[in-house]
Amino acid sequence: MNGVHDMGGMQGFGPIRPEKSEPVFHARWEGRVHAIWSALGTWRKWNGDFGRQTREFLPPAEYLSLNYHQVRYAQVIELLAGSGMITRAEIDNGRPAQGRQKAVPPLTAGKVAAWFANGNPKRREVAVAPTFQAGQRVRARNINPPTHTRLPRYARGKLGIIEHDHGVFVFPDSNAQGLGEKPQHVYSVRFAARKLWGEQARPKDTVIVAMWDDYLETV
Amino acid sequence: MDGTRRGFFRAALTLAGGAAGAAAGSPAQGQDHQAVPSDLTLRVKSLESLLVEKGLVDRAALDALVDMFEHQVGPRNGARVVAKAWIDPAYKQRLLADPDHAIAELGYGGQQGEHMVVVENTANVHNMIVCTLCSCYPWPVLGLPPVWYKSAPYRSRSVIDPRGVLREFGLELSDEVEVRVWDSTSDLRYLVLPERPAGTEGLSEDALARLVTRDSMVGVGKVVPSMEGVTR
Repeated sequence: MNGVHDMGGMQGFGPIRPEKSEPVFHARWEGRVHAIWSALGTWRKWNGDFGRQTREFLPPAEYLSLNYHQVRYAQVIELLAGSGMITRAEIDNGRPAQGRQKAVPPLTAGKVAAWFANGNPKRREVAVAPTFQAGQRVRARNINPPTHTRLPRYARGKLGIIEHDHGVFVFPDSNAQGLGEKPQHVYSVRFAARKLWGEQARPKDTVIVAMWDDYLETV
Repeated sequence: MDGTRRGFFRAALTLAGGAAGAAAGSPAQGQDHQAVPSDLTLRVKSLESLLVEKGLVDRAALDALVDMFEHQVGPRNGARVVAKAWIDPAYKQRLLADPDHAIAELGYGGQQGEHMVVVENTANVHNMIVCTLCSCYPWPVLGLPPVWYKSAPYRSRSVIDPRGVLREFGLELSDEVEVRVWDSTSDLRYLVLPERPAGTEGLSEDALARLVTRDSMVGVGKVVPSMEGVTR
């Protein structure tokens, strides 16, 4: 989706403002939202790509005006309501609807360490032939899906070189739509900064974008 | 996208409305943490209670998760990886060739660090990491990302004006140095192996680890002998 989340190369956002001795969370609610989002993920009612898409579907002006954890809150509400885990009425009332049986959460305190350590690998050990080889010149496809994609706008249509093949991974564009994992190779693709931005870029500089097979075409 | 989905968003945003109002003074996402809306504090409390009552989350698990993100992961982990690579050439080779296993040797790994790539800074190449699309960051070795990493200025400018960004972090690089910007668009997560500063030959692994900053492992800073501690 050509949303405002796809920020690479945009201008006008001003200087970067690092904060000294920054806390992990700036308020208690930020940590709770982050934890709630992590815990709800263990129900596996949605996958991570669908989760990202829910953030990207936020109206652009809202996305830019909310801070990171506020976006997370909006995303959690959307995922809960959209998946049927809670109803609008329950959110409004702050109480469970009557007559609904209490569930048993999959993630308990004792399982948190293992949940973290096990991670959520996206590499798939399946035999899928690579379309491209290291050293090969490629072009990033000019695609503009109205749904989730990890092909940033600034790279579309641009020429690059395959630097490394990282193996086979879940394809987010299909996975976010519930259309399956469509596992395929992911490559580091090197773009000369001047191919992306023109003469204003320094001649030696490069941008490396990780790309799935379906984002690339031969030249 | 269908109309229903948009509708859900309006609903979610109405709920977050107090938050949007409070942040209205800051155009860039994630810049305004001073004005934490009390409204959102209450809404998140209410949501948590609802989810606990419905049995959808376990409150003690939430406590453990917050503790994990605040205390178990963070740049001290990455600093240990870097220091070991500096003093142990064989480890450095493993780290660059097979980062997942090399990082696991020190006991680190897991969520948002399942598929690691380690890139080495040298006198001729300066690597820096960004996620232009959101906030991808190697949690096991660096913890959760700082606000500036997730902010619109960093995400937008890193790829088009990396040298300008580095200058704001106090780093001026000559045109002879190749700046390589790694955009975290896939499930790969990146860690920069910074250059070991001169004059640190006599330091122990622990002392070296104390020199390594978070910023140097994101590639927006260098390690300097005088800067103690992983504060930035």
